[in-house]
Amino acid sequence: MARIFHPRSALSTNPLKQSAPLGAALAYLGIEGSIPLFHGSQGCTAFALVSLVRHFKEAIPLQTTAMNEVSTILGGAEQIEEAIENLRKKSAPKFIGIASTALTETRGEDVAGELRAMRARRRDFDDTAIVYAATPDFSGGLEEGWARAVAAIIDALVPDRGMEHVGSRSHQVTLLAGSHLTPADVEEIVSLIRAFGLEPVVLPDISTSLDGHLGDTWSGTSLGGTRLADISRLGRSRHTLVIGESLRPAAEMLERRTAVPSSVFPSLTGLKCTDAFIETLMAIAAVRDVPERVKRDRSRLVDASLDAHFSIGGLRVAIGADPDLLFSLSGALTSLGADIVAAVATAATNPVLDRVPAEEVAVADLGELEARAAAAEAEILITHSHGRQAAARLGLPLVRAGFPIFDRLGTQDVCRVGYRGTRAFFTEIANAVLARDHRPHPSDFGAAPIEQEFEHARSQTASH
Amino acid sequence: MAQALQARIDAAFVEPACGVNRSKSDTQRRKGCAKALTPGAAAGGCAFDGAKIALQPIVDAAHLIHGALACEGNSWDNRSSASSGPTLYRTSFTTDLSELDIVMGHGEKKLFRAIREVIDRYSPPAVFVYSTCVPALVGDDIEAVCKAAAEKFGTPVIPVNAPGFVGSKNLGNKLAGQALLDHVIGTIEPERTTTTDINIVGDYNLSGELWQVKPLFDRLGIRILGSITGDARYRQVAMAHRARVTMLVCSKALVSLARQLEERYDIPWFEGSFYGISDTSQALRTLCRMLVERGASADLLPRCEALIAAEEARVRAALEPLRPRVAGRRVLLYTGGHKSWSVVSALQELGMEVVGTSMRKSTESDKDRVKTIMGDDSHMFENMAPKEMYQVLKSAGADVLMSGGRSQFVALKAKTPWVDVNQEKHKPYAGYAGMVKLVSAIDRAINNPMWAEIRDPAPWESRAAPGQVPSGRAASGDATDFEDC
Ligand code: SF4
Repeated sequence: MARIFHPRSALSTNPLKQSAPLGAALAYLGIEGSIPLFHGSQGCTAFALVSLVRHFKEAIPLQTTAMNEVSTILGGAEQIEEAIENLRKKSAPKFIGIASTALTETRGEDVAGELRAMRARRRDFDDTAIVYAATPDFSGGLEEGWARAVAAIIDALVPDRGMEHVGSRSHQVTLLAGSHLTPADVEEIVSLIRAFGLEPVVLPDISTSLDGHLGDTWSGTSLGGTRLADISRLGRSRHTLVIGESLRPAAEMLERRTAVPSSVFPSLTGLKCTDAFIETLMAIAAVRDVPERVKRDRSRLVDASLDAHFSIGGLRVAIGADPDLLFSLSGALTSLGADIVAAVATAATNPVLDRVPAEEVAVADLGELEARAAAAEAEILITHSHGRQAAARLGLPLVRAGFPIFDRLGTQDVCRVGYRGTRAFFTEIANAVLARDHRPHPSDFGAAPIEQEFEHARSQTASH
Repeated sequence: MAQALQARIDAAFVEPACGVNRSKSDTQRRKGCAKALTPGAAAGGCAFDGAKIALQPIVDAAHLIHGALACEGNSWDNRSSASSGPTLYRTSFTTDLSELDIVMGHGEKKLFRAIREVIDRYSPPAVFVYSTCVPALVGDDIEAVCKAAAEKFGTPVIPVNAPGFVGSKNLGNKLAGQALLDHVIGTIEPERTTTTDINIVGDYNLSGELWQVKPLFDRLGIRILGSITGDARYRQVAMAHRARVTMLVCSKALVSLARQLEERYDIPWFEGSFYGISDTSQALRTLCRMLVERGASADLLPRCEALIAAEEARVRAALEPLRPRVAGRRVLLYTGGHKSWSVVSALQELGMEVVGTSMRKSTESDKDRVKTIMGDDSHMFENMAPKEMYQVLKSAGADVLMSGGRSQFVALKAKTPWVDVNQEKHKPYAGYAGMVKLVSAIDRAINNPMWAEIRDPAPWESRAAPGQVPSGRAASGDATDFEDC
């Protein structure tokens, strides 16, 4: 059980956290034909857009209500209406996901109420689904913004239905995907579910929109994602599988509304965690056996664990991430004997933090992570790309995880869930350790250097 | 085979200073130290391998392998001998003989040119030239080539005539030692000598093990003059004849080198080990006593005792916290080293149970010692076939296997913790400090939570009835669902 620690510093040094609206935008991008819309001034959107583009190496449709000094004071309802109008004209989105920002929340707009009024007035907007999530930048980070957006989508688009519909699509299951999952992660989970003859509806599904594929035509909206029709049918699933503790509130709302039972899996990284997931799939599909591929992948993971534990056992890890990711990766590493000597999370709202296998989790920034990593003599750093300076200063290998990762390609292909993804993750960490190439030196042991007399006089250069 | 080489090999098989060797009959002795190789069932390295292992740690020299590519191409950069300075020893040089070179008999010329290039490019203090099977077979005279090259380029060029097919790694070690005696040792005089100059023979500074012990020497004012060959400079090897005492570290292979240092230069020698607490102390004691006998100041003895007392107290204190983590665990020790008894006693001191130890390459006195420590000889064995070892481990006859790399996968496939204690290992375990590292490594291995996880059955192997979604896991259910996942 980790102790949660809040440093009393007024100064945030090298932020770890990404903003909540950005998380909401990411979730919205997992809906088909969607455009996320920030309700705020244009700068916030521009920064978020650049982050998203640098991470995914894709054109990202992200728009803004472009609040100015005047509209900020008078209220932004008109700006929202105008933005929707323009987006519809330009790109004909099926879905617009609005995320508020610190600016509009500080003013205290009743966006939900105003949206209701606007929809009643503007029946011409009827063929565009519009969802609004309150995601002030000052509350939570990317993970929370994502979770709020998912809850908002469920709230707006999943109809209230009675028990009788549960399981009426007998092979359908719902997969609520957390913000810590990459497109490749989602794809792997989907393929596991399908291996049991079940058909998942993924919400939100960035594996079909942000997986980095080249579309046939230019589109001003997301290039894939969950279909709106499927969202409205979530009540017919047999079961809802929830990946990430941060989605528990959204899952509870969905369960209340549809009566479809749900199971929360805080992590799918690690042998036991994947076992638990497979066990649940076996129960849902009512089978005693599992496909050969799954068996083979499990035995490969066990073998890879044996090979990797020499590098990971006793490894002193410093990690900074959103709570779900922090929990998943830390848990997997400690299952191979690593010590999480420095753990920093972005926000304290997610109760999974209590269960992070570290003595203490600081809710802080990269500056804190760097200080703690140095003090605890960490041997490896795991965080997003902004950790690279700290890694360089500490002389530690950096394994990139989370958002943003802007200095590497293929971030959407990195899979760290399921038997396969866990295996890849262990290999990745072990290789980072092996790559350190630590050549022992006399001073490591406190031995005096060799006498000059013994050295060969001529200068010597060795090529390697 | 050249007659000179044959004579040298014959000589290498007679080792009056080696207890194992002395106890053999003439025919046994001629078979060599290793058992005769069985086609289809041989696993060890060749003589060339052994020669290179012994000499390559001379870090500022160039090591040039004369042969077809396999000998060097398949084996370079695979050892962890550490250097405190020069890195030339890690650069691989080979003549990479082609079919044409061999058929046309161009081998010697190519070797000569290769030596010239190495000297031109790197100006090393010396070049070691290793023969391998093919040039030995076609009759390349590497000794003549080396002599000519040395004269022409003014740099020592040392022939190491230990082609693989003449025998085992162990024989290669010996032939390498002989090459040093014949061509290197005694060729340079040190600027100054002290009464505490020593030779360390048979330690290759793997992963820095020599440096784990060197601070002890430093504190006693003992200087490693000749190092054969851990972190050695060429000049050090060449000056080895001026040391006062030779310590032979865990090495049957280089006994003859130590003996001949005594015969030729009056340097007394003893055999010792730096593995385990008691052995380390014993080695320091013997070393100091012999140095004093040879004229070192007598206060070395009390200083040595004080150092031992302080270090032993320190290592025991450092081991104490590890005791509860390893006590009661059962170890199977499978090493080629014949001095395992010192490690055995250290592990027993921590409450570990040694369920078996291999006695390969051990002398009778080593065996007696193990018998004394372990009560009887029921736990000693010679060789254990992988299959047998797998059975022992699988049936949980031991909690951890300590062995060399070859049996690593036997342990892992049996889902049993494994600690690498072989020559190729990457962690240094020598001296007092090394013992703490070793026990920490054992702790890390056996207490890794992974073992419990991977020994648990897969979901489809347990007998839960199907169709029932495991209870207590609903989103609205209690908060303990999937506690750790
Ligand atoms: S046995 Fe001969 S050919 Fe093979 S590696 Fe050894 S020296 Fe080379």
